[in-house]
Amino acid sequence: MNYTLVLLIPLIPLAVFLLLGLFNQKIKPAISGLIGVFGLVLTTLFSIYTAFQYFFIIGKDSGAFPSLVEKFIWMNFTDTLRIDMGILIDPISVMMLIVVSTISLMVHIYSRGYMKGDEGYTKFFAFLSLFTFSMYGLVLATNLFQIYIFWELVGVSSYLLIGYYYTKESAVAAAKKAFIVTRFADLGFLIGILLIGFYTGTYDFETLNNPESSAILNWASTSFMGLSVLSWGLILVFIGGAGKSAMFPLHIWLPDAMEGPTPVSALIHAATMVVAGVFLVARLFPMFFFVEEGFVLQIVAFVGAFSSLFAAIIAITQTDIKRVLAYSTMSQLGFMMLALGVSGYDGQDGLGYMASMYHLFTHAMFKALLFLGAGSVIHAVHSNYLKDMGGLRKYMPITNITFLVAALAIAGIPPFAGFWSKDEILVAVYEHNSFLYAIGIIVAGLTAIYIFRIYFGIFWGPNRSYEHTPKESPVSMTFPLIVLAVLSATVGFIPFSDFISPDRMGFEGHINIPLALIAVLVGVIGIAIAWALYKKENALAGRTAQRFGVFYTWAYHKFYLDELYLFVTKNILFKGIAASAAWFDRNIVDGTMNAIGNSTVGISKKIRGIQSGRIQDYAMVFVSGIVLLAIVFIYIWTN
Amino acid sequence: MIAGITIYELLTVTSILFFIGIYGFITRKNLISILISVELILNASVINFVVINKYMYPDVLQGVLFSIFIIAVAAAETALAVSIIFNLYRQISSVEVKDIETMKY
Amino acid sequence: MERIIFYILALIIIAFAIASVSSRKMLRSVIYLLFVLCSIAGIYFLIDYNFLAAIQLTIYAGGIIVLIIFSVLLVHHIEMRLEIAKPSKQFITGLVCLIGLGLFLFTLYSHEFQVVENTATTNITDIGTKLLSYEAGGFILPFEVISVLLLAAMIGAIVIAKGNKLSEKNNPAK
Repeated sequence: MNYTLVLLIPLIPLAVFLLLGLFNQKIKPAISGLIGVFGLVLTTLFSIYTAFQYFFIIGKDSGAFPSLVEKFIWMNFTDTLRIDMGILIDPISVMMLIVVSTISLMVHIYSRGYMKGDEGYTKFFAFLSLFTFSMYGLVLATNLFQIYIFWELVGVSSYLLIGYYYTKESAVAAAKKAFIVTRFADLGFLIGILLIGFYTGTYDFETLNNPESSAILNWASTSFMGLSVLSWGLILVFIGGAGKSAMFPLHIWLPDAMEGPTPVSALIHAATMVVAGVFLVARLFPMFFFVEEGFVLQIVAFVGAFSSLFAAIIAITQTDIKRVLAYSTMSQLGFMMLALGVSGYDGQDGLGYMASMYHLFTHAMFKALLFLGAGSVIHAVHSNYLKDMGGLRKYMPITNITFLVAALAIAGIPPFAGFWSKDEILVAVYEHNSFLYAIGIIVAGLTAIYIFRIYFGIFWGPNRSYEHTPKESPVSMTFPLIVLAVLSATVGFIPFSDFISPDRMGFEGHINIPLALIAVLVGVIGIAIAWALYKKENALAGRTAQRFGVFYTWAYHKFYLDELYLFVTKNILFKGIAASAAWFDRNIVDGTMNAIGNSTVGISKKIRGIQSGRIQDYAMVFVSGIVLLAIVFIYIWTN
Repeated sequence: MIAGITIYELLTVTSILFFIGIYGFITRKNLISILISVELILNASVINFVVINKYMYPDVLQGVLFSIFIIAVAAAETALAVSIIFNLYRQISSVEVKDIETMKY
Repeated sequence: MERIIFYILALIIIAFAIASVSSRKMLRSVIYLLFVLCSIAGIYFLIDYNFLAAIQLTIYAGGIIVLIIFSVLLVHHIEMRLEIAKPSKQFITGLVCLIGLGLFLFTLYSHEFQVVENTATTNITDIGTKLLSYEAGGFILPFEVISVLLLAAMIGAIVIAKGNKLSEKNNPAK
């Protein structure tokens, strides 16, 4: 394995970021775009080469894919507890390399068209490169702390890119919201890291994931409030993952994050960064599984299932197509979490884990495609809202076809990619828990409905009065669409189970025909409902909405979660805690400091008065002193 | 010896004179006034020398001679002080104490 | 008779001393000082130190006062009223002085002076002999020192009062 080559994968985007960031004003936009794309082409090639090497040249070592580690000690706390920096190559990190580099490359190419003429063109590419670097670092991290560092770095890049249109108030607010909410979740992550580090004495994934290691065995039984301390640590780590992956109830930042440019949404908020939470759980999967017989995984499963259903319902009611896609992302991420939560460890039992990673992979392709397609549409009609779109299939044939491919893929229609991964998830869930399976099926149906609702809304239906006739996007934008459409249609045929499984052994994948049929049927029914309601503008949709009454209104307002959070933060946190803390800070803390300062100044002024330089003042002191000393020595201190 | 006057009365007068001088030295705002106060203080001490010499050691002349020296030193001091005042006045056009604070730097 | 004269003199000394340190007119202040000095000369006469009284009158009243009056006339307007200190400062200083005075007087009156009754008069010859004697109790060395001091003071006073012009001439570097 050529580690230098692997090391170059994150370093090239970093170099590009530094180059574009430092010489922001000096580089012409056209060149900066080319530099970005060129860097990404290199890393993509390296990634593919690494994957090829890893899976086919090195291959399995005594039945399992090896986990290759190259690292150096960065900070040494105790003999075992230390922070390393390095690269870890195992099946999921290699898979993530492929995902990140592919999507990032496509988004870079797409951005050259989409961002054309924008003022901050070079800055945009610099940020994209920063993000790509951070994501690679996150994927290749060898220990919890390293992943945390890059975790925050992707958070920062996400913040920068959401707030890219920094003159827009809503974008700034959304960026802050995303940063604060994920920071809030990362607090849990950090405490979890510290907890795990404290008890196990190591941050290293290899030790943590080894169920026989003494670090785990010693502490697994130390309990706190009925749960093992390691379970608590994992729950906290999962909170961090849930924040990044927009799981309920920490999802509120993701829809708002759509204020960023659409390519950013495609790259960060659909394909790569938001799956970091899923990736984190997958990275620590053996630990999740073995500590207290996978208790935390149950939480993961239920949170995933609930988020998935919750988001799917909201997605149906939204009118901003990017928000629909955002909720769709959240729903699919819930699916992945669900699959991880129900997964076993050995051989065939690891189906859920495999399915989750598989879905992560396919979802990255078709969701990025959906976003880029939506971006293409928005580019053409200059609006985010469904009411401004309609009948675009005549004007934008390529976008239409590629979007349709992606929609079919997410709806789970064979032979498109989504079918295979979603089917595997449903099979895994079915084997585990029928209640969760029911939720999964409902969500699958809802997915088909909401995605075809916007598909029909955009490309079919009546023509709207456009300011200027919409026309197909330039090649730089349609090329990524086509590539991603091809990928979305074909990646389903990769025999994923051969490569990725929790024990790294791989297993024989198979299709469960009855379950697959049910899933497809549900998908088709969903499409049919969408066809009936939204293909032509008719009153049926409105009537259906009315039938659901209050429930529809609730869903339309995202179940008032934003309002609830606002109420809690503004009325309880700000007024109750923050105000009193501020009062304490201003009056007690500052007051003490000010008192010290003021008294020092006051005393200094007095002392300065003594050193006035006026001979008479000195004489005064002198005479007083003499008189005093005379009194003391003549009359008082006389023995 | 002054007939009917004890040393106590004389020393009382000089003490009062001495403290009047100190009071003037501290409170006056003008260099020449301060000089006058210094003269008062000096005179108080001169009288003390003389009186003690006369009342307690009439056989020797130390007190008188010291008084002469003190008067000579006072004359020299006054001459110097006045020349300093002149010079100062030429430079800052003032002989007020508040304008002469540079000693503190 | 001598008692009465002494009391009058003491009264003049104290009253004019107070007037001298509290007058707000510079020239008056100096003149009050003159009265004080003359009265002190009177006391010297009373205790039979005629030579000292003569010195007091010539050097103090004749020399120093004239010098001060010159300086006053050179640097002040006759009618200029002097600034006085803040009342609080006056009060505190007065208090300190009163305490000090109280201490002095208390100490004086509680001390037993060994007064020698005498009527001896001192003539100038005695003083001159003592001043130039280099036997025990002679003052030849202080006499020489004081003469050097006077010379130095004279030169210094001239240099300082002449100010910058002289030093500029003496300093070719400028």
